[in-house]
Parts: sequence; structure tokens; C-alpha cells
Amino acid sequence: MPEQLAFTIEVFLNGLMAGVLYALVALGFVLIYKASGIFNYAQGVMALFAALTLVGIMEGQVPFSHLINAILGTEVHHFGWHVPAFLAILLTMVVMIVLAYCVQRFVFRYLVGQEPIILFMATIGLAYFLEGVGDLMWGSEIKTLDVGLPQGINVWIDEFTFEATGYGFFIDNLDIVASIVAAILVIGLVMFAQYTKQGRAMRAVADDHQAALSVGVSLNFIWILVWSLAGFVALVAGIMWGAKSGVQFSLSLIALKALPVLMLGGFTSIPGAIVGGLIIGVGEKLFEFLIGAPFLGGATENWFAYMLALVFLVFRPQGLFGEKIIERV
Amino acid sequence: MFYREAGDFSTTYAEDQQTFPIKFDRYRYYVVLFVAIFVIPFMVNDYWVNSLFLPFLIYAIAAIGLNILVGYCGQVSLGTGGFMAVGAYASYKLMTAMPDVSMFIHILLAGLITAAVGALFGLPSLRIKGFYLAVATLAAQFFLVWLFNRVPWFYNYSASGQISAPERDTFGILITGPSAEAWATYMFCLIFTVFSALVARNLTRGSVGRKWMAIRDMDIAAEIIGVNPLRAKLTAFAVSSFFIGISGALFFSIYLGAVEVGEAFGINKSFLVLFMIIIGGLGSIFGSFAGAAFLVLLPVLLKIVGVDWLGWPTDIVAHLQLVIVGGLIVIFLIAEPHGLAQLWRVAKEKLRLWPFPH
Repeated sequence: MPEQLAFTIEVFLNGLMAGVLYALVALGFVLIYKASGIFNYAQGVMALFAALTLVGIMEGQVPFSHLINAILGTEVHHFGWHVPAFLAILLTMVVMIVLAYCVQRFVFRYLVGQEPIILFMATIGLAYFLEGVGDLMWGSEIKTLDVGLPQGINVWIDEFTFEATGYGFFIDNLDIVASIVAAILVIGLVMFAQYTKQGRAMRAVADDHQAALSVGVSLNFIWILVWSLAGFVALVAGIMWGAKSGVQFSLSLIALKALPVLMLGGFTSIPGAIVGGLIIGVGEKLFEFLIGAPFLGGATENWFAYMLALVFLVFRPQGLFGEKIIERV
Repeated sequence: MFYREAGDFSTTYAEDQQTFPIKFDRYRYYVVLFVAIFVIPFMVNDYWVNSLFLPFLIYAIAAIGLNILVGYCGQVSLGTGGFMAVGAYASYKLMTAMPDVSMFIHILLAGLITAAVGALFGLPSLRIKGFYLAVATLAAQFFLVWLFNRVPWFYNYSASGQISAPERDTFGILITGPSAEAWATYMFCLIFTVFSALVARNLTRGSVGRKWMAIRDMDIAAEIIGVNPLRAKLTAFAVSSFFIGISGALFFSIYLGAVEVGEAFGINKSFLVLFMIIIGGLGSIFGSFAGAAFLVLLPVLLKIVGVDWLGWPTDIVAHLQLVIVGGLIVIFLIAEPHGLAQLWRVAKEKLRLWPFPH
């Protein structure tokens, strides 16, 4: 097999894996958007916040220790214990649910019925707020997150492809785990939406707020549920990305990567988020490899996804799987 | 009582249509202009100009530009940083290519170039709306920043990849470069700010502005009553980008002097200007000024209170600033979606009747 083709296939596979991670973030967006019509820009910061909290709990950090030290002149940093990963994840989930409750109770309850764009700007404000709180609580230095996920080159694939093609593919174990987790998550979410009482209520709310209200669905509860679910997805995404590249501010920028995924796949479709993520992941890696790096000076990954989505939207404004936009006067 | 408007009767249409129909407002405006032109330049030093007045004046122009697009025409844009970068690099290329031409011309030309780029990126707005468009404008943001980073022609093949403003003067007065006097840079920016505010104010109350507002309120309905959405949206993008380009050019050449594009014109700049118009007031020229003043003053005040008085480390104050800004955005959107401008209007209403409200 020629070298160039083997490289291309490897880039393609890595793109697929990256796409799965994009899709994971995009899922959180879709959940909230479907149920409440809020386009949640803060999803990426929620992932950062979740990862920060997870690391903080595992390491036994004192929350707001810098602030406390600055005000009281004390020297507190750590409680001096280490929490096992499983328990820490559960505790973080509790924090995310509390966060979901607060967001609903103190922000979006007062913004019901506002224009979507106002809600969007409110989530940008929320993103800034959450980023500041996360940094104040746990400090802004880069942290490593280790919850025991396998990392490094997958030796089996490397050897297998080397025997078959004469060139060993480099596939990260973590990416494989991420893909499996994402698949389980998607199946789980779809099952939840289809077969449970709360899931059905959620779909009812997504379909028609007022009709759902009139048959006795509590909007407040559903919205808290949805924000909690989005918090859960953010936690999973935060663990995956955090394990991959450390817990730091740039983690919140994955939200920016998820936006074109959504535009491509449509804001309202879970399969759309997955397919869109895969297209963007493969597209930007292949573009960078085949055209960007040799001809355009590299780093095209920053904008390729947006340009692809932009061009695509001009022809199909609702995305691949989105509901048709109907406007009336 | 404090706010006097009794006895103001307009007898001609011209009087009725002026920007400040109330005499009290008009005189206040003249006083502000007088102070800005004849008092402040003689009092300022480098610190005041560089930390307060220049950022305020320059951001005010950017906020006016973005307000035209978001507040008046209803097209949310997150590409402000990218368009400011276009203005900055256009002015840089013009300054280095034609050293003898006045800076006024360069800045205006940079604005025009940005207007063309803005109109180009405004084209998708005809097909996509709402936050689909907001996300689409991010394409402009990332693409433009990448372009200025990667194509050496834009930064004249300098080794560092930065651009730095050469010393240029206008009417014999040096205004760029490190040896420019504080008052000169201040006056130069002030002229552009006043010019932008005047143009924007008069555009928004004319037929163009009414078309924008019709599009903002409901574009299909506007189309039915005969507003051409293509022209209305593209003019909004072009005019808005014109101002944003001017502010980007000033930001680079007068204020910073040397610029690294990803740092100075990144996505955070887009959000900063967007926050200015949300806090200041969407669809209000005064709001653009109020929001710019607020977000320029806030970090300075926080730094004085947090670092100098309380002695906290700077990183905590920086994080606290994020919390406060984010919280304020949410609070304003909930409690006062029309921003500081609306608070000002309410205050005026109150002052009319004070101290005997009925």
C-alpha cells in the first residue's frame, strides 16, 4: 500500500475519533436546545467547570482557597485527602445538578418567552460567569486529570495494520474509549427519551410548551432535568478532553468547535450532532493534511469547520437533519 | 425640577426633528463637547489618555458600529474582533505603502476596506438568521485572524509576525508611535468618535435606519411592505463594519502601536464589544457610549479596589472581573434588556417630576 494512502487513512481514522469528541459536546447543546429553545453557549465552559470540579474533588482541594487566603490571610490549600475517581465523579454530578437548578432558578426562569437571541446572549454571560467562578474555586493553573482511562498508542491496532499493510497506524486508546463512551451515551439518551416517563415529558416539552403544560408536565422540573443531563454530558466531555490535553482554559473552547457541528447537523437532531461531528472531524483533519499544511501554511483547523458549515448553510439553512424552518408573519 | 423641558415649543419641522429637541439636553450636549475639546486635552497626561480616554473613545466607535448591526438591524455578529483586525491591517498596509498621506485618509480608507469585507461576510445573512447567523459570523472571526497570522504579505514579512505602527503625523502633528503627545492622540480619536456618532445618529433616524429597524422587527413583514432585505442587511453590515474598521485602525495605530492579531483581535474582543452594547443598550447611540465607558472603567476600578486597596493577587481580581461581567450581562438581560440607556431615560422621567411626583 502506498505511504500517502496509508497516511490519509490514518488521518481519516483520527478525524473520526476527534469527530466523536466534537459530537459529544454538541450533544449537550442539542439536548438543551430541543427542550427549551435555549442555545447554550456555556456548554463548553460547563465541561471545563465539571472537569475542574472533578480534579478539585479528587485532589481534595479547598474550594475558593485563593480567595479565602486573600481575604483572611490564611494558608489553606488542600484538605489532605484523595477521593477515588468513582466517588468524585458522583460528587461532581451532584455539583452539576445543583448548578442546573441554580441556572434554571435564578436565570432562565426570568427569561421564559424571550427571543432566542436574548437567551443566547444570556448564556454567553453565563459562560463568563461560570468561567470566573470555576477559576476562583479551583485556581486557573493547568491540571492533569487521571481517572484511570487507558492512554497512549493502541499496540494491537498498530501491529495488526503493520502486518496487513506494512504501516502501523497510530490510534490513541483514549480516543477509542471516547468513541465507545459516546456511543453508549447516545444510545442511553435515545432510550431515555423514548422509553421513560421523564424522557417522554421532555419530548413533549420540546414539541410544544403550552400543550405539555396543559397535560400536567412541570416545565420547571423538565428544564432542570435537561440542564442536569447537559451537565452530565459536559462532565463526560470534560473527562475525555481533560484526560487528553489537561484541564485548562482551552477546554472551554471546544464549545466553539461544537458550533459548526451543530450548524451542519441541525440544532434539533441527536443523530445530526453525531453525523455532523464525524463530518467536521474528518473534514478538518483531511483538509489540514491534504491542503492546509502543504499549501496554506497550516493551522486551518481553526476556521475550516466554520467555513464548511457556512457554505453548507447557504444551501440548506436548517442543517442536515434539522426541522424545516417555517416562518410566518 | 432638575430636568427642565417646560417652555420648549417647536415651531418648525426642523426644530421638531432635531436630535436634542429639549433645550436642556442640547446645552448639556454642547457642554460635554466643549469640555471634551477645550478642557480635557489641556489636563490629560499619558496615564489618563492610555488607560481611560483612548480605550473609551475607540471602543465607543466599535460599539456604535456593532449597535447598528445588532441593535438597529437585528443581525447578531460575533465577528467584531475579525473586522477590527481588518481595519488594523488595512491601516498598517496603507501607512507603510503611502507614508506621506494624512492619517485621516488612511483611517477612513481602512474603514472603507473593512466595510467591503463586512458586506462580503454579510452575504449569508440573506439565507440564515438568528443564532445560525451569529455562529456563521464566527467564521469571519476565525478565518480573518488566521489569514492575518499566516499570510506574510499582511505584516510586511516582519520576523515576529507582529505589526507595529510607524511614526506618522497629520497637519504636522505626530500622532502615532511612542513619541506622540497624549493630547494629540486623544484629539485625533475624539474627532473620529464624534464623527461616527453624528453619522450613526443621522443614519439611524433617516430612511436607511427605519429600514434596518423594520428588518430587525420582522424581516418577512418588512419585505412585504417594500423594504429590500438584500440592500438593508448589506448596508447594515457595510456601515457597521465601516465603524468597526475605523475603531480597529485606531486601536492598532494610535492606542496599542504594536499588535499581535490573535491576542488583540481574538474572539474575546468580539464578546467585549457585544457586552458593551448589551449593558449600554441595544439600539441606542448613547447606550454605545455608556456601555463602552462602563466596561472600560470596570477593570480599572476593580484593579484599584482589589489590587491597590485590598492587596489581592491580580489573578483573583481578573477572575472576579469575569464573574462580575458575566453576572452583569445576565442581570441586565433579565432586569433591563434595554441597558444603561433605558436607565438613563427612566432617570430623566423621574427628574422631571422631582421632588413632587404625583
